Amino acid sequence: MSAPPVSHPVPRPAPGGAAAAFARANLLTVAAAALFVLLALAAIFGPAIAPWNPLQTDGASALRPPGSGHWFGTDPLGRDIFSRVLVATRLDLGIALLAVSCSFLAGTALGCAAGYYGGWTDRIVSRLAETIMAFPLFVLAMGVVAALGNTVGNIVLATALINLPFYARLARAEVNVRRNAGYVDAARIAGASDARILAAHLFPNILPPLMVQVSLNMGWAILNAAGLSFIGLGVRPPDPEWGIMVAEGAQFIVSGEWWVALFPGLALMLAVFCFNLLGDGLRDLFDPRRRA
Amino acid sequence: MIAFAARRLLGALPNLAGVMVVTFVLTRALPGDPAAYFAGPAATPEAVAEVRHALGLDRSLAAQFATYAGDLARGNLGHSVTTGQPVLTELAARLPASLELVAAALLFAAAVSIPLGVLAATRPGSWIDHACRALATAGVSLPTFFTGLLLAYVFYFLLGWAPPPTGRLDAAFSPPPAFTGFYLIDSLAAGDPELFAAALAQLVLPALTLGLFVIAPITRMTRASMLGVLAAEFVRTARAAGLSRGTILIRYALRNALLPVLTTLGMVFSFLLGSSILVEKVFAWPGVGSYALEALVASDYAPVQGFVLMMAILYLLLNLAVDLAYVAVDPRVRLQG
Repeated sequence: MSAPPVSHPVPRPAPGGAAAAFARANLLTVAAAALFVLLALAAIFGPAIAPWNPLQTDGASALRPPGSGHWFGTDPLGRDIFSRVLVATRLDLGIALLAVSCSFLAGTALGCAAGYYGGWTDRIVSRLAETIMAFPLFVLAMGVVAALGNTVGNIVLATALINLPFYARLARAEVNVRRNAGYVDAARIAGASDARILAAHLFPNILPPLMVQVSLNMGWAILNAAGLSFIGLGVRPPDPEWGIMVAEGAQFIVSGEWWVALFPGLALMLAVFCFNLLGDGLRDLFDPRRRA
Repeated sequence: MIAFAARRLLGALPNLAGVMVVTFVLTRALPGDPAAYFAGPAATPEAVAEVRHALGLDRSLAAQFATYAGDLARGNLGHSVTTGQPVLTELAARLPASLELVAAALLFAAAVSIPLGVLAATRPGSWIDHACRALATAGVSLPTFFTGLLLAYVFYFLLGWAPPPTGRLDAAFSPPPAFTGFYLIDSLAAGDPELFAAALAQLVLPALTLGLFVIAPITRMTRASMLGVLAAEFVRTARAAGLSRGTILIRYALRNALLPVLTTLGMVFSFLLGSSILVEKVFAWPGVGSYALEALVASDYAPVQGFVLMMAILYLLLNLAVDLAYVAVDPRVRLQG
C-alpha cells in the first residue's frame, strides 16, 4: 500500500501562514513552479511577442554576437536567435506533452487492465513492457522513427512508445494492491461493472503517483525529442526547435561563435531542469517516504 | 552458481525473442516498398514482382520471420547499400570505439558518484546532501549533445587544453596494432606511452560528457542504499565495538550498499548506449552510433536495424553479467535462487 497524500510536517506556525512555510521548505519546487509558468507563457504567447520573425533571414547581419538589437545574437542566416528560441518553446513542449499524454493514457489503461484482471492480460502486458525495456530506449526511438518515416508525428509516437512501460508498470502495481480493497469490494457488491470500478474507484486513487511520473517523464521526453532532432530526425529546418538549433550551432562552436548553440541549449536545459525539479517536489509532497 | 547462470541465461531467451520480433517489425515497417526500391525507378511491374519474389517479400509473415531469424543466427545482418559491405563486419569494426567510450564514461561516473552518494548519506539533511541532490538533478537535465559542445568550447576553443573534437586520435598519430580494439589498452600493449596519452586526450571530453549524464542515478542509488545500510544493526554493533569511522563506512557499510548500485549500473548502461549516439556525433567519434547515423542520413536501413539489434543484445548481455556478478558478490541471492 502506498501512503495517502501527506503534506510536509510544518515545525511551528510560521509568519505568513502555511503557504509561506511551504514555500520556505520547498524553495526549489517553488522556483521550478515559477519557471514552469514562464515556460507555459512562452509556449502560449511566444509567437505573438517575439520581437523578430523567427524565419526571416538577413545576410547583412549574419552571426552577430548578442547585443541590443538581437539579445541572443543572430545565426549564420541572420535570423534572430532570441525569437527563434522563444517560438520553439511551443513546438518542444508540445511534442513532449503530446507524447507523455499518449503514454499516460495507453500505459495506464494497459497497466490497469493487467493489475485488475491478472492472468493472461497481465502476462501479455508485462511481456510487452519488458520487451520495450529490453532496448536502450533512445536507440529504440531512433529505430522507430527511421522505420516509420522522418516526421514530427513519428517523433511523438516513438517518444510515447518508449515511455509507455513506466506507466503500465506503475499502474499495474498500484491497481494490483488495491483490487481487493474494501471500497472496491463494496462497489462490486453494489453492482458496479469492472469498467466502472476501474474508472471511478481505482483510477482516482492511483492518480497521484502517476502524476509524479508524468512530471518526471516530461523532462525526459523533451530531452529525447530534442536529441532526435539533433541527429536530424523529426523537425526539419527552417522550423525553430531547440535540438535542431543546437545542431546548427555545433559547427560554429570550434570557431568561437558560441551564442548560436548556447541559447537554445540553455533553454532546453532549463525546461528539463524545471520538470525534473517539479517531479521531485511533487514526489516529496505525495509520498515523503519515497524520497531518495 | 553454474545452475543459476544457466537458469538466468534461459530466462533471457524470451527477451531476446521479443527483441527479434520488434526489430523484424521495424524491418517490415520500412517506408516505401523495398522491392520497388531495389528494382530501381525504371522497373516494370513485372520486374518489381520478380524482385519481391527474390527478396521473399511475397511469402507469409511467419515464413519471412523464420528466414530473418535464420539469417541472424548465421550472423547475416544484410548489406549496407552505401558501402556494399556486410553490416555485421562494419559494426564489429566500429564497436570497440563505442565500448571504449562507454566504459570510460561509466568508470568516470562511478568514480564521482559513489563517493558523492556516500558523502550525502553520512550527512543527511546537511548542505552537502542538498548540494548533491541539486547537482544530481542538474546532471540529469543536461542534454548530452549540448554539454559536449559546451565542454568542447571551453576546453578546446577557450583554454586550448583539449585536442580538437575530431575522433579517436589526432591525425598525427596512427592507431596502435589492433589487439583489443581499445586504443588505451592497445597502445600500452604496444609500449607506446605517447600514443596512449594522445588517445586519452581525445577520450577525456566525450567520456566526461557521457558520464555527467548518469552521475545522478548512481548518486541517488548510492545515497539511498547507504542510508538503509547505515541504519542496520551490524553497523550499530560495529560502532559500539569502537571500530573507526572509516572502517565502518567502507568495509562494513559500503560493501553491502554497493549491491543495489550494481543493479543501477546495469540500468544506467542503457542510458549510456542511447546517449553515446549523440556524443559520438558531437565529437566525430567513429563508433557504431555515428555509423548508424551516417546510414540513417543516406536512407540506408540495414545498418540502422543492425545497430538497434546489436545495442539491444549488448544491453541484454550486460544485464546478464550484472546478475551473475550479483550472485558472485552476494551469497544470499544464491540461496534464494
